[in-house]
Amino acid sequence: MTTQILIAGFGGQGILFTGKLLAYKALLEGKELSWLPSYGPEMRGGTASCSVTISDEPVGSPIIDHPDVLIVMNLPSLDKYEDTVKPGGIIFVDSTLIERKVKRTDVQVFYIPSTKIAQDMGAGNLANIVLLGKVLKDCPAISRAYVEDALKKVVSAKHPEMYDFNLKAIDAGYNY
Amino acid sequence: MSEKVLMKGNEAIAESAIRSGCLCYFGYPITPQTELAAYMAKRMPKIGGVFLQAESEISAINMVYGVAGAGKRVMTSSSSPGVSLKQEGISYIAGADLPAVIVNVQRGGPGLGGIQPSQSDYFQATKGGGHGDYHLIVLTPSSVQEMADLTSLAFDLADKYRVPAMLLADGTMGQMMEPVLLPEPHDVTVEKSWAVCGTQMKREHNIINSLYLSPEVLEKTNFERYERYKQIEENEVRYESYLMDDAEYCIVAFGIAARVAKNAITAMRKEGIKVGLIRPITVWPFPVKPIREAADKVKGFVCVELSMGQMIDDVKLASECKKPVVLCNRAGGMIPSVDQIIETTKKMIEGGAR
Repeated sequence: MTTQILIAGFGGQGILFTGKLLAYKALLEGKELSWLPSYGPEMRGGTASCSVTISDEPVGSPIIDHPDVLIVMNLPSLDKYEDTVKPGGIIFVDSTLIERKVKRTDVQVFYIPSTKIAQDMGAGNLANIVLLGKVLKDCPAISRAYVEDALKKVVSAKHPEMYDFNLKAIDAGYNY
Repeated sequence: MSEKVLMKGNEAIAESAIRSGCLCYFGYPITPQTELAAYMAKRMPKIGGVFLQAESEISAINMVYGVAGAGKRVMTSSSSPGVSLKQEGISYIAGADLPAVIVNVQRGGPGLGGIQPSQSDYFQATKGGGHGDYHLIVLTPSSVQEMADLTSLAFDLADKYRVPAMLLADGTMGQMMEPVLLPEPHDVTVEKSWAVCGTQMKREHNIINSLYLSPEVLEKTNFERYERYKQIEENEVRYESYLMDDAEYCIVAFGIAARVAKNAITAMRKEGIKVGLIRPITVWPFPVKPIREAADKVKGFVCVELSMGQMIDDVKLASECKKPVVLCNRAGGMIPSVDQIIETTKKMIEGGAR
């Protein structure tokens, strides 16, 4: 099975980090994967996206034209990518930052106010991780397995306290 | 026993170079290959190597020339506009018969162009680039694993034939992360008796030079060099043949284009269209023979490129124009989509494409 995941939002929201966490999780699960960032003058404020493909077979193209799973953290990204999702796919929406509903009727949609949840936890910059917690819960193709180990790989060694914060954020999204 | 790690393509090149005994790196930052230089800057001082950010690409390539002449493994990297600046130095290195590795993580051009992925330096890489009669061995990675493997191979081939080798990648390959098994540390395996590294009063001076004012002598160096190129063409062609056994149509693509092509092939095979892929791994020497053989079997070729169509000339030459060759391309930093490849292939099948 191959799952193509597109994560998109503003630069600075941790879009690439979220993708990296999924990529490491897949690596630890022994799956094939590719992680492709949008790159360019998009560091803060601009739009950023990240394509993660997870598969049981070697990954063909790392470029995702039609994702199975779309995770969006701002309105421009939903506007841009909503129509590209495969019929039967899943869209995860940060409903704090995106007020409108998904128009498509042939996809499954999960709304979670991840930015508000993160802010209430005192960790506004972990909205991406809260959202990911929801994905781990409700996306059948992406289980929670190995996420703790993957987190250890991607959290900076200089800030080990961030590991616990991130884990709490995952739980907050997972249990929402 | 080493295990797979997750790395960006640019970083995989850097780590593989270090493991291949490259302890000298000279460069100048440019997107989308900057992670390579950054990795070298971090690692080299810790392992007793040299990282030097030169004042320009021209300066960097001439530092490469110097270290190569001393017989040490050396690398520089850049992206398209920066590689153009290096061409004079590359010609000198080729003219002096020195091994060195040059990395081009291509971006859209011409001019300063953009920063998104491209393959539009194909002509520059495979047809010379600088002045004079010469070739580089040009390797085109199509995965992060190959970024590592072909870097290692580039050093070995450069040393073996005393020819500079180029890794011709693109922005996608540089920026993407995939699991990679890094090569075991190894070093130079050939005797470099020609190197200028001190005579210790035991031998005559070696001379590294590309200036020959006598045309008779200069011609001889060219003839000798082309004898070596002939050996390379005979021994070092590398390519991947994918689902070609029963193929009626053949896609030719390298690098990221080949990855997209594989997805298109999977989709077309599901529809019963028998299409396969020849993926050149070396674009110089070009895999002429497999394409010539395919020309006798298939009904047509689709050349997928991130350029206005450069490799397509080599495909036409190799296939001796026995079958139609059509182009499926995007340029300026855009990448052909799976749908575009399918559409172009179907058009060719219907005889609509020229």
